[in-house]
Amino acid sequence: MKHDEKKLKDLLAEDFLFTEGISGCINCGTCTAICPAAKFFEYDPRQLMDTVQRMNNDELIELLKSDVIWFCGQCLSCKTRCPRNNVPGYIITALRRLSQDTGYFAESAEGRKQLTIKRTVGENIIKHGYCVFVDEIGLDKHPEQGPVWQWYRNNTESILKKLGANYKGSGEGTLRKISEADLAELYSILEETGALEKFNNIEKNCHED
Amino acid sequence: MKIEGKQNIWKEYQKEIPDDDYYYARSCIRQNFFPASEETFLKIVREVLGKNIYDDEHQTTCTGIAYHSDLVAFDTTMTVAARQFSLMNNAQLKNFVVSCVTSFGIYSEALATWEHVPETLEKTKEHLKKATGREFTAPEIVAHTSDIIYKYREQIKEKAKFLLINKHTGKPLRVVEHIGCHYAKIFPHKGIGGAEFPYVLSGMIESWGGEIIDYPERRHCCGFGFRHYLVKENRGYSLSNTKVKFDSMEPYKPDFVITNCPGCNFFMDRWQYVIAEMNHKTYGENGYGIPVLTYEEVAGLVLGFPPYSLGLQLHQVSVEPLLDKIGIPYDINEKYLGFNNEDIGAPAKPGVLKV
Repeated sequence: MKHDEKKLKDLLAEDFLFTEGISGCINCGTCTAICPAAKFFEYDPRQLMDTVQRMNNDELIELLKSDVIWFCGQCLSCKTRCPRNNVPGYIITALRRLSQDTGYFAESAEGRKQLTIKRTVGENIIKHGYCVFVDEIGLDKHPEQGPVWQWYRNNTESILKKLGANYKGSGEGTLRKISEADLAELYSILEETGALEKFNNIEKNCHED
Repeated sequence: MKIEGKQNIWKEYQKEIPDDDYYYARSCIRQNFFPASEETFLKIVREVLGKNIYDDEHQTTCTGIAYHSDLVAFDTTMTVAARQFSLMNNAQLKNFVVSCVTSFGIYSEALATWEHVPETLEKTKEHLKKATGREFTAPEIVAHTSDIIYKYREQIKEKAKFLLINKHTGKPLRVVEHIGCHYAKIFPHKGIGGAEFPYVLSGMIESWGGEIIDYPERRHCCGFGFRHYLVKENRGYSLSNTKVKFDSMEPYKPDFVITNCPGCNFFMDRWQYVIAEMNHKTYGENGYGIPVLTYEEVAGLVLGFPPYSLGLQLHQVSVEPLLDKIGIPYDINEKYLGFNNEDIGAPAKPGVLKV
């Protein structure tokens, strides 16, 4: 584990999202009141901020292993409303990053769902240069897309041409094919900034439930 | 005094919107789900407003969805943002105009991070140079595409073929505006009207003859939730939040919803279909849903663009009842024709939602 040499609080303090996200929480609960995730999950950002503020190493380990840190939907409504300029959404991002770096995320069912995201969004970025791509979205995984989407998938080329897109074409335009040279630059950024290592870490630590 | 107070708050949330010479940063979601909206934006900017905008074949995803679903760290996303800025530099432009609300938040956050934590700027420059050999200068202005349409809303009105008036009653259409969370909740001063009084869409609707509805869950998130939508088992989160909004707006009988965010537009359209199939509940009149439109689709309708050139056939909720209210002509037999009027069949009909 990466934190053998360092305590978790020191690792968190190195993350600018953490230092930007907490500046003395008064536990008023405004974040929980405004939070869409608190409405539907067993999730309370006020409690989470309280735990993080205590900086107890054992409590932090439990948090990093838990489902709790994976419930936030990243709308960042909390950033607007906190009367003390804390950002629970940023703290969540810092905790999720640390949970993946330390491998603790694999002990949580919610954390292991990163594998699905890596195999969809992550691979779309590498393969297409887009986070999502029409060819990769089928009703099997996305039944909510409905019959219009099925019709669009069955007739993608004709529909997109009618609407003025440049589907898989060269040059500019909607849904153009991103050139091999541009994809290579993007891949190189992923490699240089540690994203590919993160992808491999997810594959190594997760198995499909 | 109250009016003065509100005006004072409002003053803080004016933002600079560039006049001309835009670098266009596209949206992954919009290109896939509402492909005609980006084309319509370019058409309005170039042909209706006569402005210069550069559509760059070399840009890629900003990786914003990967960042907010914790697949990549912000170091990665800042470096990808820096590459897009480098492309803008190559085009000798300084006004970076962003089509996606998630991306708008990402670019704004990168600029703020570089300012607050200067070592991150140095690190980003190193990463970009090492990975691509590129260098970059930040834009003078980052604006959202809805800001541009807002800025020129009166010019669009001057060329309007239709206004947002119910032709049967003569009254303004009743409109729900939904602002994507990352347009102003992260950086309120970056959005017209800030996070509490966003005016970017309300301004368009009022200029074009409609009336804005205020309702209890007006500022509630659509429920995208990034990882929650991406993971099938968690997708109920997205559905539930959208249901909160429609249950809240239903008593006010909106004629349509306008959004400025790719995800919101898509979810509020598709989840109405799912709610209808699951609960036999529809929110529009006579078994239809409430149409959910992008601001370019609304601007296009106002300007008299043919409805099916705007891609309205890719909505699951039918838009025709709205066209009938405004009095916009259309030929329903053309709705599902492909390129060169090719017969490509029609989508299956949903079980409950009327289309």
